[in-house]
Amino acid sequence: MSASEWEILRELDALKEAKATIARKISALEAQLKQIQLQNDAASNAFSSSSYSTNGLTQDMIHRYSRHLMLPSFGVQGQANLLKSSILVVGAGGLGAPALLYFAASGVGRLGIVDHDVVELNNMHRQVIHTEAYVGKPKVKSAAAACRSINSTIQVVEHQEALRTSNALEILSKYDIIVDATDNAPTRYMISDCCVVLGKPLVSGAALGLEGQLTVYNYNGGPCYRCLFPTPPPRTACQSCADGGVLGVVPGIIGCLQALEAIKIAASVGEPLSGRMLLLDALSGRIRIVKIRGRSMQCEACGENSTFTQQKFREFDYENFTETPLCVPPVKLNLLPSESRISSKEYSEIILKKEPHVLVDVRPAHQFKIVSLPKSMNIPLSTLEVRLPEVSSALKKEEENSGAVSGSSAQLYVVCRRGNDSQRAVQYLHKMGFTSARDIVGGIESWAHNVDPKFPTY
Amino acid sequence: MDETYRGGLELLCDSKKIHNVNIEQQNGEDKLTMKDLLSWIRTNLIKERPEMFMKGDTVRPGVLVLVNDCDWELSGQLNTSLEEKDVVVFISTLHGG
Ligand SMILES: [Zn+2]
Repeated sequence: MSASEWEILRELDALKEAKATIARKISALEAQLKQIQLQNDAASNAFSSSSYSTNGLTQDMIHRYSRHLMLPSFGVQGQANLLKSSILVVGAGGLGAPALLYFAASGVGRLGIVDHDVVELNNMHRQVIHTEAYVGKPKVKSAAAACRSINSTIQVVEHQEALRTSNALEILSKYDIIVDATDNAPTRYMISDCCVVLGKPLVSGAALGLEGQLTVYNYNGGPCYRCLFPTPPPRTACQSCADGGVLGVVPGIIGCLQALEAIKIAASVGEPLSGRMLLLDALSGRIRIVKIRGRSMQCEACGENSTFTQQKFREFDYENFTETPLCVPPVKLNLLPSESRISSKEYSEIILKKEPHVLVDVRPAHQFKIVSLPKSMNIPLSTLEVRLPEVSSALKKEEENSGAVSGSSAQLYVVCRRGNDSQRAVQYLHKMGFTSARDIVGGIESWAHNVDPKFPTY
Repeated sequence: MDETYRGGLELLCDSKKIHNVNIEQQNGEDKLTMKDLLSWIRTNLIKERPEMFMKGDTVRPGVLVLVNDCDWELSGQLNTSLEEKDVVVFISTLHGG
Protein backbone atom coordinates (compact mmCIF):
# COMPACT_ATOMS: atom_id res chain seq x y z
CA MET A 1 0.00 0.00 0.00
CA SER A 2 1.38 3.43 -0.88
CA ALA A 3 1.88 6.17 1.69
CA SER A 4 -0.85 8.34 0.17
CA GLU A 5 -3.34 5.47 0.21
CA TRP A 6 -2.46 4.90 3.83
CA GLU A 7 -2.99 8.56 4.60
CA ILE A 8 -6.43 8.57 2.96
CA LEU A 9 -7.50 5.39 4.75
CA ARG A 10 -6.42 6.83 8.06
CA GLU A 11 -8.27 10.05 7.44
CA LEU A 12 -11.37 8.10 6.37
CA ASP A 13 -11.21 6.10 9.59
CA ALA A 14 -10.88 9.24 11.66
CA LEU A 15 -13.78 10.91 9.84
CA LYS A 16 -16.02 7.83 10.26
CA GLU A 17 -15.19 7.73 13.93
CA ALA A 18 -16.02 11.44 14.25
CA LYS A 19 -19.26 10.90 12.33
CA ALA A 20 -20.30 8.10 14.65
CA THR A 21 -19.51 10.22 17.69
CA ILE A 22 -21.58 13.10 16.33
CA ALA A 23 -24.48 10.76 15.53
CA ARG A 24 -24.39 9.44 19.09
CA LYS A 25 -24.37 12.98 20.50
CA ILE A 26 -27.28 14.00 18.28
CA SER A 27 -29.46 11.10 19.36
CA ALA A 28 -28.59 11.64 23.04
CA LEU A 29 -29.39 15.35 22.80
CA GLU A 30 -32.62 14.68 20.95
CA ALA A 31 -33.70 12.26 23.64
CA GLN A 32 -32.79 14.81 26.30
CA LEU A 33 -34.71 17.56 24.52
CA LYS A 34 -37.78 15.38 24.18
CA GLN A 35 -37.64 14.58 27.87
CA ILE A 36 -37.48 18.30 28.78
CA GLN A 37 -40.31 19.13 26.42
CA LEU A 38 -42.42 16.40 27.94
CA GLN A 39 -41.72 17.69 31.42
CA ASN A 40 -42.62 21.22 30.31
CA ASP A 41 -45.80 19.96 28.73
CA ALA A 42 -46.67 18.11 31.90
CA ALA A 43 -45.96 21.21 33.99
CA SER A 44 -48.08 23.46 31.77
CA ASN A 45 -50.88 20.93 31.84
CA ALA A 46 -53.48 21.23 34.54
CA PHE A 47 -53.04 17.53 35.30
CA SER A 48 -49.70 16.47 36.70
CA SER A 49 -48.45 13.26 35.14
CA SER A 50 -48.39 11.58 38.51
CA SER A 51 -52.16 11.83 38.70
CA TYR A 52 -52.49 9.03 36.12
CA SER A 53 -52.12 5.40 37.05
CA THR A 54 -49.56 3.88 34.65
CA ASN A 55 -47.91 1.11 36.67
CA GLY A 56 -44.67 3.04 36.78
CA LEU A 57 -44.30 3.32 32.98
CA THR A 58 -43.60 6.80 31.62
CA GLN A 59 -45.44 8.30 28.66
CA ASP A 60 -42.41 7.55 26.49
CA MET A 61 -42.30 3.94 27.61
CA ILE A 62 -45.99 3.45 26.98
CA HIS A 63 -45.55 4.81 23.47
CA ARG A 64 -42.37 2.86 22.65
CA TYR A 65 -43.50 -0.48 24.02
CA SER A 66 -47.20 -0.12 23.17
CA ARG A 67 -47.30 -3.32 21.06
CA HIS A 68 -45.95 -5.29 24.02
CA LEU A 69 -48.50 -3.67 26.31
CA MET A 70 -51.30 -4.63 23.94
CA LEU A 71 -50.50 -8.32 24.42
CA PRO A 72 -52.82 -9.71 27.10
CA SER A 73 -50.28 -12.42 27.98
CA PHE A 74 -47.40 -9.95 28.29
CA GLY A 75 -48.95 -6.59 29.08
CA VAL A 76 -47.88 -3.81 31.41
CA GLN A 77 -46.64 -6.21 34.07
CA GLY A 78 -44.43 -8.11 31.62
CA GLN A 79 -42.96 -4.89 30.25
CA ALA A 80 -42.45 -3.40 33.72
CA ASN A 81 -40.60 -6.59 34.76
CA LEU A 82 -38.46 -6.45 31.61
CA LEU A 83 -37.56 -2.80 32.23
CA LYS A 84 -36.42 -3.69 35.71
CA SER A 85 -34.40 -6.72 34.59
CA SER A 86 -30.76 -7.10 33.69
CA ILE A 87 -29.40 -9.55 31.12
CA LEU A 88 -25.79 -10.43 30.33
CA VAL A 89 -24.91 -11.71 26.86
CA VAL A 90 -21.58 -13.54 26.74
CA GLY A 91 -20.32 -13.35 23.16
CA ALA A 92 -21.27 -10.71 20.58
CA GLY A 93 -21.02 -13.14 17.65
CA GLY A 94 -23.55 -15.00 15.53
CA LEU A 95 -25.83 -15.91 18.46
CA GLY A 96 -25.31 -12.76 20.51
CA ALA A 97 -25.88 -10.37 17.59
CA PRO A 98 -29.62 -10.87 17.07
CA ALA A 99 -30.23 -11.53 20.77
CA LEU A 100 -28.68 -8.16 21.68
CA LEU A 101 -30.70 -6.32 19.03
CA TYR A 102 -33.96 -7.70 20.44
CA PHE A 103 -32.95 -7.13 24.06
CA ALA A 104 -32.19 -3.49 23.31
CA ALA A 105 -35.34 -2.99 21.26
CA SER A 106 -37.62 -4.68 23.76
CA GLY A 107 -36.43 -2.57 26.70
CA VAL A 108 -34.31 -4.79 28.91
CA GLY A 109 -33.36 -2.34 31.67
CA ARG A 110 -29.66 -3.13 31.86
CA LEU A 111 -27.90 -5.01 29.09
CA GLY A 112 -24.34 -6.31 29.53
CA ILE A 113 -22.08 -7.51 26.71
CA VAL A 114 -18.91 -9.58 27.21
CA ASP A 115 -16.46 -10.13 24.35
CA HIS A 116 -12.72 -9.78 23.91
CA ASP A 117 -12.62 -10.09 20.13
CA VAL A 118 -12.66 -7.62 17.25
CA VAL A 119 -15.11 -7.40 14.33
CA GLU A 120 -13.91 -9.41 11.33
CA LEU A 121 -15.22 -9.21 7.79
CA ASN A 122 -15.38 -12.99 7.41
CA ASN A 123 -17.76 -13.22 10.39
CA MET A 124 -20.14 -10.50 9.28
CA HIS A 125 -22.34 -12.94 7.35
CA ARG A 126 -23.78 -14.00 10.70
CA GLN A 127 -22.78 -11.33 13.22
CA VAL A 128 -25.47 -8.98 11.97
CA ILE A 129 -25.14 -6.42 14.75
CA HIS A 130 -21.78 -5.20 13.39
CA THR A 131 -21.29 -2.86 10.44
CA GLU A 132 -18.36 -2.51 8.04
CA ALA A 133 -17.23 0.70 9.73
CA TYR A 134 -16.33 -1.38 12.81
CA VAL A 135 -14.11 -3.98 11.14
CA GLY A 136 -10.98 -4.31 13.28
CA LYS A 137 -12.63 -2.62 16.26
CA PRO A 138 -13.79 -4.35 19.48
CA LYS A 139 -17.04 -6.26 19.06
CA VAL A 140 -18.25 -4.97 22.42
CA LYS A 141 -17.92 -1.35 21.27
CA SER A 142 -19.66 -2.10 17.99
CA ALA A 143 -22.50 -4.07 19.59
CA ALA A 144 -23.02 -1.50 22.35
CA ALA A 145 -23.21 1.34 19.80
CA ALA A 146 -25.81 -0.61 17.79
CA CYS A 147 -27.89 -1.28 20.92
CA ARG A 148 -27.74 2.36 21.97
CA SER A 149 -28.76 3.55 18.52
CA ILE A 150 -31.82 1.29 18.68
CA ASN A 151 -32.79 2.31 22.19
CA SER A 152 -31.10 5.22 23.96
CA THR A 153 -33.25 4.79 27.06
CA ILE A 154 -31.73 1.51 28.31
CA GLN A 155 -28.42 1.05 30.06
CA VAL A 156 -25.79 -0.80 28.01
CA VAL A 157 -22.71 -2.05 29.86
CA GLU A 158 -19.50 -2.95 27.99
CA HIS A 159 -17.27 -5.73 29.33
CA GLN A 160 -14.42 -5.70 26.85
CA GLU A 161 -12.52 -8.71 28.16
CA ALA A 162 -12.46 -12.48 27.88
CA LEU A 163 -14.54 -14.27 30.50
CA ARG A 164 -12.26 -16.14 32.92
CA THR A 165 -12.63 -17.80 36.31
CA SER A 166 -10.96 -14.70 37.77
CA ASN A 167 -13.60 -12.22 36.53
CA ALA A 168 -16.70 -14.34 35.81
CA LEU A 169 -18.21 -14.28 39.32
CA GLU A 170 -17.90 -10.52 39.54
CA ILE A 171 -19.39 -9.88 36.09
CA LEU A 172 -22.20 -12.46 36.16
CA SER A 173 -23.31 -11.54 39.68
CA LYS A 174 -24.44 -8.13 38.42
CA TYR A 175 -27.14 -9.60 36.16
CA ASP A 176 -30.41 -11.52 36.63
CA ILE A 177 -30.17 -13.71 33.53
CA ILE A 178 -27.15 -14.99 31.60
CA VAL A 179 -27.17 -15.75 27.87
CA ASP A 180 -24.47 -18.11 26.63
CA ALA A 181 -23.69 -17.02 23.08
CA THR A 182 -20.10 -18.27 23.07
CA ASP A 183 -18.37 -20.65 20.71
CA ASN A 184 -16.30 -23.15 22.69
CA ALA A 185 -16.62 -25.98 25.19
CA PRO A 186 -14.48 -24.70 28.11
CA THR A 187 -16.34 -21.38 28.22
CA ARG A 188 -19.68 -23.20 28.16
CA TYR A 189 -18.74 -25.31 31.19
CA MET A 190 -17.35 -22.23 32.94
CA ILE A 191 -20.49 -20.14 32.38
CA SER A 192 -22.79 -22.97 33.50
CA ASP A 193 -20.80 -23.61 36.70
CA CYS A 194 -20.69 -19.90 37.45
CA CYS A 195 -24.48 -19.69 37.01
CA VAL A 196 -24.90 -22.65 39.38
CA VAL A 197 -22.81 -21.11 42.16
CA LEU A 198 -24.54 -17.76 41.70
CA GLY A 199 -28.02 -19.27 41.23
CA LYS A 200 -28.68 -17.59 37.87
CA PRO A 201 -30.76 -18.98 35.01
CA LEU A 202 -28.74 -19.64 31.85
CA VAL A 203 -30.15 -19.41 28.33
CA SER A 204 -27.84 -21.53 26.23
CA GLY A 205 -27.68 -21.65 22.43
CA ALA A 206 -25.27 -23.18 19.95
CA ALA A 207 -25.05 -23.41 16.18
CA LEU A 208 -22.79 -25.01 13.63
CA GLY A 209 -23.17 -25.76 9.97
CA LEU A 210 -26.90 -26.00 9.40
CA GLU A 211 -27.90 -27.10 12.88
CA GLY A 212 -28.74 -25.35 16.10
CA GLN A 213 -29.52 -26.25 19.70
CA LEU A 214 -31.25 -24.32 22.46
CA THR A 215 -32.17 -24.92 26.10
CA VAL A 216 -32.44 -23.15 29.46
CA TYR A 217 -30.17 -24.43 32.24
CA ASN A 218 -30.28 -24.00 36.00
CA TYR A 219 -33.81 -22.63 35.99
CA ASN A 220 -36.21 -23.44 38.81
CA GLY A 221 -34.63 -26.75 39.82
CA GLY A 222 -33.94 -27.79 36.23
CA PRO A 223 -30.69 -29.36 35.03
CA CYS A 224 -27.40 -27.53 34.48
CA TYR A 225 -24.99 -28.04 31.58
CA ARG A 226 -23.00 -30.59 33.60
CA CYS A 227 -26.11 -32.60 34.47
CA LEU A 228 -26.45 -33.19 30.74
CA PHE A 229 -22.78 -33.43 29.85
CA PRO A 230 -20.86 -34.54 32.98
CA THR A 231 -17.81 -35.48 30.90
CA PRO A 232 -16.50 -33.12 28.23
CA PRO A 233 -16.43 -34.48 24.68
CA PRO A 234 -13.08 -35.38 23.11
CA ARG A 235 -11.44 -32.34 21.59
CA THR A 236 -11.62 -33.82 18.11
CA ALA A 237 -15.44 -33.80 18.38
CA CYS A 238 -15.60 -30.01 18.92
CA GLN A 239 -15.71 -28.22 15.59
CA SER A 240 -15.66 -24.45 15.37
CA CYS A 241 -17.54 -22.26 12.89
CA ALA A 242 -14.16 -21.25 11.43
CA ASP A 243 -13.34 -24.87 10.59
CA GLY A 244 -16.76 -26.39 10.00
CA GLY A 245 -18.54 -23.43 8.42
CA VAL A 246 -21.95 -22.10 9.42
CA LEU A 247 -24.90 -20.71 7.48
CA GLY A 248 -25.34 -17.19 8.85
CA VAL A 249 -29.07 -17.36 9.43
CA VAL A 250 -28.81 -20.52 11.57
CA PRO A 251 -27.15 -18.90 14.62
CA GLY A 252 -29.45 -15.96 13.83
CA ILE A 253 -32.51 -18.15 14.46
CA ILE A 254 -31.04 -19.68 17.61
CA GLY A 255 -29.97 -16.23 18.88
CA CYS A 256 -33.52 -14.94 18.37
CA LEU A 257 -34.88 -17.93 20.28
CA GLN A 258 -32.38 -17.22 23.08
CA ALA A 259 -33.71 -13.66 23.20
CA LEU A 260 -37.25 -15.04 23.40
CA GLU A 261 -36.44 -17.38 26.30
CA ALA A 262 -34.53 -14.71 28.23
CA ILE A 263 -37.33 -12.17 27.70
CA LYS A 264 -39.89 -14.71 28.95
CA ILE A 265 -37.85 -15.32 32.10
CA ALA A 266 -37.20 -11.60 32.65
CA ALA A 267 -40.87 -10.72 32.18
CA SER A 268 -42.08 -13.78 34.15
CA VAL A 269 -44.37 -14.96 31.39
CA GLY A 270 -44.88 -18.37 29.77
CA GLU A 271 -42.93 -21.58 30.19
CA PRO A 272 -39.16 -21.34 29.71
CA LEU A 273 -37.51 -24.14 27.73
CA SER A 274 -36.08 -25.87 30.79
CA GLY A 275 -35.84 -29.67 30.89
CA ARG A 276 -36.43 -29.57 27.17
CA MET A 277 -34.10 -28.96 24.25
CA LEU A 278 -34.91 -27.46 20.87
CA LEU A 279 -33.04 -28.96 17.93
CA LEU A 280 -33.01 -27.12 14.62
CA ASP A 281 -32.16 -28.96 11.42
CA ALA A 282 -32.18 -26.11 8.94
CA LEU A 283 -31.46 -28.17 5.84
CA SER A 284 -34.47 -30.42 6.19
CA GLY A 285 -36.63 -27.69 7.76
CA ARG A 286 -37.24 -29.61 10.97
CA ILE A 287 -37.49 -28.36 14.52
CA ARG A 288 -37.69 -30.98 17.23
CA ILE A 289 -38.29 -30.28 20.90
CA VAL A 290 -37.13 -33.17 23.05
CA LYS A 291 -37.48 -33.94 26.72
CA ILE A 292 -34.15 -34.04 28.53
CA ARG A 293 -33.19 -35.36 31.97
CA GLY A 294 -33.87 -33.28 35.08
CA ARG A 295 -31.30 -32.10 37.61
CA SER A 296 -28.88 -34.93 38.37
CA MET A 297 -28.41 -35.71 42.04
CA GLN A 298 -24.86 -36.82 41.20
CA CYS A 299 -24.01 -33.65 39.29
CA GLU A 300 -20.57 -32.28 40.24
CA ALA A 301 -21.85 -28.71 40.03
CA CYS A 302 -25.48 -28.70 41.15
CA GLY A 303 -26.02 -32.20 42.63
CA GLU A 304 -27.09 -33.04 46.16
CA ASN A 305 -23.60 -33.59 47.55
CA SER A 306 -21.83 -31.10 45.34
CA THR A 307 -19.01 -29.21 46.99
CA PHE A 308 -18.73 -26.77 44.13
CA THR A 309 -18.33 -23.34 45.70
CA GLN A 310 -17.30 -19.90 44.45
CA GLN A 311 -13.81 -20.64 45.73
CA LYS A 312 -13.66 -23.93 43.86
CA PHE A 313 -14.96 -22.22 40.74
CA ARG A 314 -12.17 -19.65 40.88
CA GLU A 315 -9.59 -22.44 41.02
CA PHE A 316 -11.12 -24.75 38.43
CA ASP A 317 -9.01 -25.29 35.30
CA TYR A 318 -11.52 -25.39 32.42
CA GLU A 319 -8.90 -25.57 29.71
CA ASN A 320 -7.44 -28.68 31.30
CA PHE A 321 -10.89 -30.19 32.00
CA THR A 322 -11.99 -29.93 28.36
CA GLU A 323 -8.46 -30.21 26.91
CA THR A 324 -9.28 -27.11 24.89
CA PRO A 325 -7.82 -23.61 25.25
CA LEU A 326 -10.35 -20.86 26.07
CA CYS A 327 -9.17 -18.69 23.22
CA VAL A 328 -8.75 -21.04 20.34
CA PRO A 329 -5.62 -20.47 18.31
CA PRO A 330 -5.45 -22.76 15.29
CA VAL A 331 -3.55 -25.90 16.27
CA LYS A 332 -0.12 -26.19 14.66
CA LEU A 333 0.99 -29.80 14.45
CA ASN A 334 4.58 -30.82 13.96
CA LEU A 335 4.52 -34.41 12.81
CA LEU A 336 7.29 -34.48 10.22
CA PRO A 337 11.07 -34.04 10.20
CA SER A 338 12.14 -30.77 8.58
CA GLU A 339 13.55 -32.52 5.50
CA SER A 340 10.02 -33.73 4.71
CA ARG A 341 8.66 -30.20 4.65
CA ILE A 342 9.13 -27.17 2.42
CA SER A 343 8.02 -23.59 2.82
CA SER A 344 5.50 -21.96 0.49
CA LYS A 345 8.30 -19.72 -0.80
CA GLU A 346 10.44 -22.72 -1.68
CA TYR A 347 7.48 -24.27 -3.44
CA SER A 348 6.92 -21.11 -5.47
CA GLU A 349 10.52 -21.40 -6.70
CA ILE A 350 9.86 -25.01 -7.73
CA ILE A 351 7.00 -23.75 -9.89
CA LEU A 352 9.10 -20.97 -11.40
CA LYS A 353 11.94 -23.38 -12.22
CA LYS A 354 9.37 -25.75 -13.75
CA GLU A 355 10.76 -28.66 -11.76
CA PRO A 356 8.76 -31.82 -12.43
CA HIS A 357 6.41 -32.47 -9.57
CA VAL A 358 2.88 -33.36 -8.51
CA LEU A 359 0.96 -31.26 -5.96
CA VAL A 360 -1.77 -33.09 -4.04
CA ASP A 361 -4.26 -30.86 -2.20
CA VAL A 362 -5.83 -32.94 0.60
CA ARG A 363 -8.56 -30.47 1.61
CA PRO A 364 -12.22 -31.56 1.38
CA ALA A 365 -13.63 -31.12 -2.14
CA HIS A 366 -15.92 -28.21 -1.21
CA GLN A 367 -12.95 -26.24 0.15
CA PHE A 368 -10.85 -27.05 -2.92
CA LYS A 369 -13.62 -25.48 -5.01
CA ILE A 370 -13.24 -22.16 -3.17
CA VAL A 371 -9.69 -21.62 -4.39
CA SER A 372 -6.70 -23.80 -5.26
CA LEU A 373 -3.08 -23.57 -6.36
CA PRO A 374 -2.28 -24.00 -10.06
CA LYS A 375 -2.16 -27.60 -11.35
CA SER A 376 -2.92 -29.10 -7.96
CA MET A 377 -4.95 -32.30 -7.84
CA ASN A 378 -7.59 -32.67 -5.14
CA ILE A 379 -7.53 -35.90 -3.15
CA PRO A 380 -9.27 -35.27 0.20
CA LEU A 381 -7.39 -36.82 3.13
CA SER A 382 -10.29 -39.15 3.92
CA THR A 383 -10.09 -40.67 0.42
CA LEU A 384 -6.30 -40.78 0.09
CA GLU A 385 -6.11 -44.46 0.94
CA VAL A 386 -8.33 -45.58 -1.93
CA ARG A 387 -6.99 -43.03 -4.40
CA LEU A 388 -3.29 -43.80 -4.03
CA PRO A 389 -3.12 -45.21 -7.58
CA GLU A 390 -4.05 -41.75 -8.88
CA VAL A 391 -1.00 -40.33 -7.12
CA SER A 392 1.25 -42.97 -8.68
CA SER A 393 -0.09 -42.41 -12.18
CA ALA A 394 0.15 -38.61 -11.85
CA LEU A 395 3.79 -38.95 -10.84
CA LYS A 396 4.46 -41.30 -13.74
CA LYS A 397 2.80 -38.97 -16.22
CA GLU A 398 4.79 -35.99 -14.91
CA GLU A 399 8.01 -37.98 -15.32
CA GLU A 400 7.13 -38.96 -18.88
CA ASN A 401 6.36 -35.35 -19.78
CA SER A 402 9.55 -33.86 -18.42
CA GLY A 403 11.81 -36.73 -17.41
CA ALA A 404 13.86 -36.66 -20.62
CA VAL A 405 14.83 -33.05 -19.98
CA SER A 406 15.71 -33.04 -16.32
CA GLY A 407 16.65 -36.65 -15.89
CA SER A 408 15.42 -36.63 -12.33
CA SER A 409 12.23 -38.18 -10.97
CA ALA A 410 9.13 -36.09 -10.23
CA GLN A 411 8.71 -34.85 -6.67
CA LEU A 412 5.53 -35.24 -4.64
CA TYR A 413 4.21 -32.32 -2.57
CA VAL A 414 1.12 -32.15 -0.37
CA VAL A 415 -0.82 -29.06 0.65
CA CYS A 416 -3.91 -28.31 2.76
CA ARG A 417 -5.47 -25.22 4.37
CA ARG A 418 -3.13 -24.64 7.32
CA GLY A 419 -0.54 -27.41 7.17
CA ASN A 420 -1.91 -30.01 9.60
CA ASP A 421 -3.75 -32.46 7.34
CA SER A 422 -0.92 -32.23 4.80
CA GLN A 423 1.45 -33.62 7.46
CA ARG A 424 -0.96 -36.46 8.26
CA ALA A 425 -1.15 -37.21 4.53
CA VAL A 426 2.65 -37.19 4.13
CA GLN A 427 3.01 -39.52 7.13
CA TYR A 428 0.64 -41.92 5.44
CA LEU A 429 2.34 -41.54 2.05
CA HIS A 430 5.73 -42.31 3.61
CA LYS A 431 4.25 -45.44 5.10
CA MET A 432 2.88 -46.47 1.73
CA GLY A 433 6.23 -46.14 -0.02
CA PHE A 434 6.13 -42.57 -1.29
CA THR A 435 9.15 -41.81 0.84
CA SER A 436 10.07 -38.54 -0.84
CA ALA A 437 6.65 -36.92 -0.25
CA ARG A 438 6.88 -33.52 1.42
CA ASP A 439 4.28 -31.09 2.72
CA ILE A 440 4.03 -27.33 2.35
CA VAL A 441 4.36 -25.74 5.80
CA GLY A 442 1.33 -23.64 6.72
CA GLY A 443 -0.70 -24.70 3.68
CA ILE A 444 -2.41 -22.28 1.31
CA GLU A 445 -2.70 -19.74 4.14
CA SER A 446 1.07 -19.51 4.16
CA TRP A 447 1.02 -19.14 0.36
CA ALA A 448 -1.29 -16.15 0.76
CA HIS A 449 0.89 -14.65 3.50
CA ASN A 450 4.34 -15.27 2.09
CA VAL A 451 4.06 -15.68 -1.68
CA ASP A 452 0.98 -13.99 -3.10
CA PRO A 453 -1.07 -11.60 -0.92
CA LYS A 454 -3.73 -11.58 -3.67
CA PHE A 455 -4.46 -15.28 -3.09
CA PRO A 456 -7.95 -15.44 -1.49
CA THR A 457 -8.15 -16.81 2.05
CA TYR A 458 -11.28 -17.99 3.78
CA MET B 1 -36.70 -48.48 13.32
CA ASP B 2 -35.43 -45.01 12.37
CA GLU B 3 -32.14 -43.57 13.45
CA THR B 4 -31.06 -40.00 12.93
CA TYR B 5 -27.57 -38.54 13.31
CA ARG B 6 -27.04 -34.86 14.02
CA GLY B 7 -24.31 -32.42 14.89
CA GLY B 8 -21.68 -33.92 12.63
CA LEU B 9 -22.28 -37.54 13.59
CA GLU B 10 -23.79 -38.16 10.16
CA LEU B 11 -20.29 -37.68 8.74
CA LEU B 12 -19.29 -40.95 10.35
CA CYS B 13 -21.79 -42.99 8.40
CA ASP B 14 -21.55 -41.97 4.74
CA SER B 15 -23.07 -38.51 5.44
CA LYS B 16 -26.46 -40.17 5.66
CA LYS B 17 -28.59 -38.64 8.37
CA ILE B 18 -31.50 -41.02 8.52
CA HIS B 19 -31.15 -44.76 8.54
CA ASN B 20 -34.03 -47.15 8.46
CA VAL B 21 -32.83 -50.34 10.06
CA ASN B 22 -34.22 -53.74 10.72
CA ILE B 23 -32.35 -55.66 13.39
CA GLU B 24 -32.66 -59.37 13.85
CA GLN B 25 -32.97 -60.55 17.42
CA GLN B 26 -29.92 -62.39 18.58
CA ASN B 27 -29.50 -65.41 20.88
CA GLY B 28 -33.23 -65.92 21.07
CA GLU B 29 -33.73 -62.89 23.33
CA ASP B 30 -37.16 -61.42 22.87
CA LYS B 31 -36.38 -57.80 23.75
CA LEU B 32 -34.05 -55.57 21.78
CA THR B 33 -32.30 -52.98 23.94
CA MET B 34 -30.28 -49.84 23.21
CA LYS B 35 -27.19 -51.86 24.09
CA ASP B 36 -27.97 -54.27 21.25
CA LEU B 37 -28.66 -51.38 18.88
CA LEU B 38 -25.34 -49.68 19.68
CA SER B 39 -23.32 -52.83 19.10
CA TRP B 40 -25.23 -53.41 15.85
CA ILE B 41 -24.49 -49.83 14.74
CA ARG B 42 -20.84 -50.21 15.55
CA THR B 43 -20.51 -53.30 13.38
CA ASN B 44 -22.82 -52.33 10.57
CA LEU B 45 -23.08 -48.56 10.20
CA ILE B 46 -20.07 -46.65 11.46
CA LYS B 47 -17.69 -46.34 8.54
CA GLU B 48 -14.88 -44.32 10.07
CA ARG B 49 -13.44 -43.22 13.42
CA PRO B 50 -15.72 -45.21 15.78
CA GLU B 51 -14.20 -43.28 18.72
CA MET B 52 -16.11 -40.22 17.50
CA PHE B 53 -19.35 -42.05 18.28
CA MET B 54 -18.65 -44.62 20.96
CA LYS B 55 -16.61 -45.13 24.08
CA GLY B 56 -16.62 -48.63 25.50
CA ASP B 57 -20.05 -50.12 24.97
CA THR B 58 -21.89 -46.79 25.17
CA VAL B 59 -21.87 -43.46 23.30
CA ARG B 60 -18.94 -41.09 23.80
CA PRO B 61 -19.26 -38.06 26.11
CA GLY B 62 -21.08 -35.18 24.41
CA VAL B 63 -23.58 -37.36 22.54
CA LEU B 64 -27.23 -37.15 23.58
CA VAL B 65 -29.36 -40.19 22.85
CA LEU B 66 -33.08 -39.68 22.33
CA VAL B 67 -35.57 -42.51 22.10
CA ASN B 68 -38.86 -41.23 20.70
CA ASP B 69 -37.87 -37.60 21.46
CA CYS B 70 -36.97 -38.40 25.05
CA ASP B 71 -33.52 -38.40 26.71
CA TRP B 72 -32.49 -42.05 27.23
CA GLU B 73 -31.49 -41.17 30.82
CA LEU B 74 -35.22 -41.17 31.50
CA SER B 75 -35.80 -44.60 30.00
CA GLY B 76 -32.84 -46.57 31.36
CA GLN B 77 -29.95 -45.70 29.02
CA LEU B 78 -28.43 -48.92 27.63
CA ASN B 79 -31.28 -50.98 29.08
CA THR B 80 -33.97 -49.02 27.24
CA SER B 81 -35.97 -51.60 25.35
CA LEU B 82 -36.85 -50.86 21.77
CA GLU B 83 -39.84 -51.78 19.72
CA GLU B 84 -40.95 -51.74 16.12
CA LYS B 85 -41.10 -48.17 14.71
CA ASP B 86 -39.20 -46.57 17.60
CA VAL B 87 -37.19 -43.52 16.57
CA VAL B 88 -33.68 -43.19 17.99
CA VAL B 89 -31.79 -39.92 17.53
CA PHE B 90 -28.09 -39.38 18.28
CA ILE B 91 -27.06 -35.77 18.75
CA SER B 92 -23.58 -34.45 19.18
CA THR B 93 -23.60 -31.37 21.37
CA LEU B 94 -22.62 -28.22 19.47
CA HIS B 95 -20.33 -25.50 20.78
CA GLY B 96 -20.20 -23.02 17.93
CA GLY B 97 -21.84 -19.64 17.68
ZN1 LIG C 1 -25.95 -30.03 37.29
